[in-house]
Formats: sequence, structure tokens, C-alpha cells
Amino acid sequence: MIAVKKYQKLLINIGIAVVIYVLVMLAIQFGWVGRQLLSMIVPVCTNVMMAVSLCLIVGFLGELTLGHAAFMSVGAYSGALVSMNLPLPGWLSLAVGLVVGGVVAALAGVIIGVPVLRLRGDYLAIVTLGFGEIIKSVFNTLGITGGASGLSGIPLMTSYRNFTLVFILTLIVVVVVSNLVKSRQGRAICAIRDNYIAAEAAGIKVSKYKVMAFVISAFFAGVAGVVYAHNISILKPGNFDYNTSIEILVMVVLGGMGSIRGSIIAAVILTLLPELLRGVADYRMLVYSIVLIVMMLFNNSKFKEKLMARRQAAKVSKEA
Amino acid sequence: MKRKFLCAGLTAAMVLSLAACGESAGSDSQAAASGSESQAGAAGATAEFIVGGMGPLTGSAASYGISVRQGIEVAVNEINAAGGVTAGDTTYSLKMVFADDEATEDKAVSAYNSLMDQNINALVGATTTGCCMAIADISNQDNLLVVTPSGSGVDCVKNPNAFRICFTDTLQGETLADFAVNEMGAQNIAVLYSNSSDYGTGIRDGLVSKAEELGATIVANEAFADADVDFNTQLTKIKGTNADVIVVCGYYQAATYITKQAADMGLEIPFLGSDGWDGVLETVTDPATVEGAVFLSSFFSAATDEMTSGFVSTYEENYGSTPDQFAADAYDAVYVIKAAMEQAGSIDSDALISAMHQVQIDGLTGAGLSFDENGEPNKDAKFIQISDGAYTIYGENGGEETTAE
Repeated sequence: MIAVKKYQKLLINIGIAVVIYVLVMLAIQFGWVGRQLLSMIVPVCTNVMMAVSLCLIVGFLGELTLGHAAFMSVGAYSGALVSMNLPLPGWLSLAVGLVVGGVVAALAGVIIGVPVLRLRGDYLAIVTLGFGEIIKSVFNTLGITGGASGLSGIPLMTSYRNFTLVFILTLIVVVVVSNLVKSRQGRAICAIRDNYIAAEAAGIKVSKYKVMAFVISAFFAGVAGVVYAHNISILKPGNFDYNTSIEILVMVVLGGMGSIRGSIIAAVILTLLPELLRGVADYRMLVYSIVLIVMMLFNNSKFKEKLMARRQAAKVSKEA
Repeated sequence: MKRKFLCAGLTAAMVLSLAACGESAGSDSQAAASGSESQAGAAGATAEFIVGGMGPLTGSAASYGISVRQGIEVAVNEINAAGGVTAGDTTYSLKMVFADDEATEDKAVSAYNSLMDQNINALVGATTTGCCMAIADISNQDNLLVVTPSGSGVDCVKNPNAFRICFTDTLQGETLADFAVNEMGAQNIAVLYSNSSDYGTGIRDGLVSKAEELGATIVANEAFADADVDFNTQLTKIKGTNADVIVVCGYYQAATYITKQAADMGLEIPFLGSDGWDGVLETVTDPATVEGAVFLSSFFSAATDEMTSGFVSTYEENYGSTPDQFAADAYDAVYVIKAAMEQAGSIDSDALISAMHQVQIDGLTGAGLSFDENGEPNKDAKFIQISDGAYTIYGENGGEETTAE
């Protein structure tokens, strides 16, 4: 009975993915939506990847990091440089770029993972903030990255016309992270979050799992960066500052930390919202901020608690 | 179980509603834009030509985008009040729609696409170099006429559909070199440039190559950083040369310190500055230190010609502030598009783009504004001289004053 239920859950998740894919493809094919929304498809996917990968650190490992955009920029720059300079046919160079971008970002994850072993909480947050600023300054001064004026002329290979590829990458990130969390390693990561000392006493190698979470998260942020780079075709160091990191963090927090589905929904909403608010012209950012505050308040309200409690009760009574 | 289906159903509903939102958002913003729009075109206007505008309205560069939007608005209102634009046998009234790109590249792409959803016929934008580059290839694929008021990076106009109103940094350097050699008669030029950004180094490169081409000698070539406050090392070095002029390629903050320290040192070589000098009089403690200095500026709001004073007074009346270079560039961009429409006799993109190479207008930012085959502007540069503690047009030559179209 339980096995059947598990099977059903998997089927439903696949069903949701297929339905979304088909709907978006149909929208692209038949021009149901305007160009503005079409151009938002890939940013939505990259933000979903960013939010889900950050969710691993913030939601499951329980550490606050303010430098996620730095991993993204490392991946974006290295992936873009590879695909621009390798004498390979387009698709192959993009594939190599994706791998290289992810791996280089993962290496950066190892570098930042070392201080992580010593620091917790607010201190770690500040270290990652500093790390992000350092990465930004490095890209600002390096000649190969085009300095402050940016790296331009990146081939447009992950625009919405290649939605299938971007969608598959996004699915991979979501599937890997959600399966990781359910695995032995994932439970160890969650144990560190829930009680550090108890986890250590139970024989969990805390440092190993912490670095692991950081590296996996950085890898996927790097992949998201490569997709970003090949969608916009120009990279500037200033676009990966702490504001971007905080934007991603807001998505994870709004989605309810530790909920992958929540992170995805929050990423979709928060990416589309500023665009859908173009109609209110001058008040756009004001309305956006107010909506953000209202959503956060709702997330923490008694009203939502009641809703959740009722849902839980219905579930329990049905199972009984 | 039921919950799962509900969840799937809701997801589908959300996707669909977002799709629906796309259309309604487009028309909403169009309605909002036309609401904030001026009076509709004058009598006789039978069709609408939509001018898109793009620039940062929020974020740290917001002042640029706001200036550009207001500059476009003034020009559009003025043209409509004068009866619109006649291209071929149709008279068009202009309409502006403006999108916020926050001066970031990814937002620029979606801002551009939201403008295309509103069927713009030509684009005045983007305001910043990065955003220009982000939309360069897609706008070329759409074959849309793009006139950037202020994107000074070289690659902003690399595609045949793109033109610019402002000088590139290199061209500004060349203009300065030309002025120093031919107007001031300098043979030995000392250069002080900011190496903190493309701005200073770009001007320096253009200046040095042009000056050498004109037969002048660069006797000093000294760098500084935008945040520097002590320039004694560089100035001492320049003092030891036989320089006829010191060209300072940087912003007014640095210029303030440089002129003061040069005066303290007893250096009596005239100064020539880049357009970043605009505002230097407001920051110096003693105007005597910058007395006689000349700098390049494409727009001078205190100019007395009819066109500039008319623009400045309308602008001040509507927005309560003095227009800057961005507003003037955007204003000129709209008039350039108007001239291209009249020249082409249609609003077909291909015709408009090829007509751009034939138009010539007298703009706020320079008389005889025209475009070469690369989309770069050819226009007379304006030089501002500081005399008696006030900005004046260099040479104050009444014969060269521009007249409004």
C-alpha cells in the first residue's frame, strides 16, 4: 500500500513537470504570450536553479550564506569563456562550458567551504559576503573577463528557443537536490542543522557534510550561471553583487526554508512579479516591495497556520 | 490523493493565468503610458508612431533614465503640438512608451521585449552602455531603428540598425586633440587621465593617437585614480616639461584638486578638460584656479540660443529641474528619428535605417548632427570656457548659433 502511494507521488511529480513543459512549449509555438514573458522563461529557470541550490545550504544545512551570486558569476564567466574560445561546434562547446562552469564554481565552493568549517551563523554570513565582493573585484580587474565594461559576445544558446535544454537542466537540479535531501547524506545534513552537537556525537562527520553541501550547491549555481550567460550574452561583474545573492535568499525564505517546492514557486513568482508590474510604471518597485512584505507577513501569520493545521487534520483523518 | 490532483490543477491554472497576465499586462502598461502621455497629436494626425524609450528609472543610475525619459517627453510633446510628423502622405502623431531597465543587462532584455510587445516603431535607448550591448543583437534581428542617446561604449552601435547621439570616449579624445592643436596652437601636450574606468583611458587613447597624427608631441602621460586627492607628483613632472596645455581626462572632482594644486604650485599652463568637467565651478573653493580653463561639453544648459533656452524653460516648467546632457541627447534622438521619417517618407524600418545616414539636424548637443556609415555621430563639439567665474561658450561666436527646426 505504501509502495503504491510512493509510486503515485512520483507519477504525479512527473505529470506536473510534463504538463508545465507542454504548456510552455505550446505557448512558445503558438505565441500565446507576449515577447516579454517569453524572454522571462529562461531567467525563471535560472532563478529556480539558484533558489533550489541555495535551499540546500540555507534550508537543509541551516547555514546563512550571502554569497550565492558569486558562485553563479564564477560559473557564468568560466562557462562563457570556454564556450567562446573553444574551437568546437556550438552545442559541444556549450556542453563543455556547462561542465566547466559547474566544476569551477564547485572549486570555489571548496575554497569557501574551508572557513565554513570554523564559522557558524552570522560569522559565516559575513565571510560569504566578503567572498562575493572579492570575486566581483577579481572579475573587475582581470583582463580576460573584460573588466568593468563586461564580457560580451557570448553566443545566445540558452534563450527560450532552446527551452527544452534549459528545462532539462532545471529538472536535473531539482531532482538531484530533492533526492539528495532524502538520501543518507541528506539526512546527515539535516541532522547538522537540527542539532549540531548531537549530530557530531552520533558520529556524523560534520565538516565533510558541510563542505559537501557547499560544493553541490555551488556546482548547480555555476550551471545556472552558464545558462544565464548564454541567455543574456553579456556579463558584468556588477550584476553579481550581494543584491543578487539576497534576491535569491529572499526566494528561499519566502518559499519556507527547507521546502524545495516552496523555493521553486517563490522563485517563479518573484522573477515574474517585477515584469508583470510594469503596468504600474513609476510605482513598480514600491508595489513589488509591498507585495514582498505582505507575502512574508502571510507566511508567518496565524491565518496561514490555521490553514496548514486544517490541511494536516484533513490528511490525518483520511489516513486514519 | 485528492490533494495531489488539486495541486496539479492549481499549477496548471497558475501557468495559464500567467499566460493570460502576459497579454493584459502589455495592454495595461500601454494604457498607463498613454495616460501619462501628453495631449494627443494635433489635428490632422491620422496615425500613431510609437517611440520606445529605455533606461534605468530605479536603482543607482536612475537619474540618467529619468532624464532621458523627460527629454523624450519634451520632444514628443513639442512635435505633436506642432502637428506631428509627415512621412510620405501620412501624418503621424508620436507616442512614447518607456520601460525601466534598472541599468542591468538581464532586465534590459525583458524591458526591450515588453516594448516590442507594445509594437514600438523605433527605440531611443538604451541609456547605459551595458544595456545597449545586451539588446544590440536582438534589436538587429528585429530590424528595429535604435538610437542610443548616451551609450558611449564602442560596441553599442556595432550593428547596422544602431546609432548614437553622444560622442564615444575615443572620439571625444580626438576632438580634444584637434582643439588643442588647431584651436589653441599647442605643440607640446601634457595628458593627465583617470585610469579608474573606460572613460578616462578611452579619451586618453583617442587624444594621444590624434595628437601625434596632427604632429604634436605628448610630453607627459600621467595616470590617476578617480578617488585621488593629491596630484603633486604628476603636476611636478608636468612642470618640468615644456607643455603648452594640460589635458585632464576625468571627472570634475579630480579636476577640482588638480587645478587647485597647480595654482598652488605656480603652474601657469592652460587646462583643457573632457566633458566630465561639467560641474567643476560648483566644487572649486576659488574660481580663480579654473579661470580660463576650457572643457568639452555636448550640452550647455546656460546657452542663450533660442533652441536651448526654449528647451531648458519647458523642461524646468514641467519637471522642476535643469536638464542635463542625458535629457538633451534624448531630445535630439527624437528629432533625429523625426528627420529620418521625413527623409524616408515611410515608417518602414529598412527605409528609416537607411534614411538615418542622410539626415542632418541642428540639435541641442551640436549643430549639423549627422551619422556616418558606422552609426557614429558627426557634429560640432561645443567647448565651454570658464571666464569671470562663469561658464561661457568658447569664443562666443554668434554666427555659429543654431536655429530651431
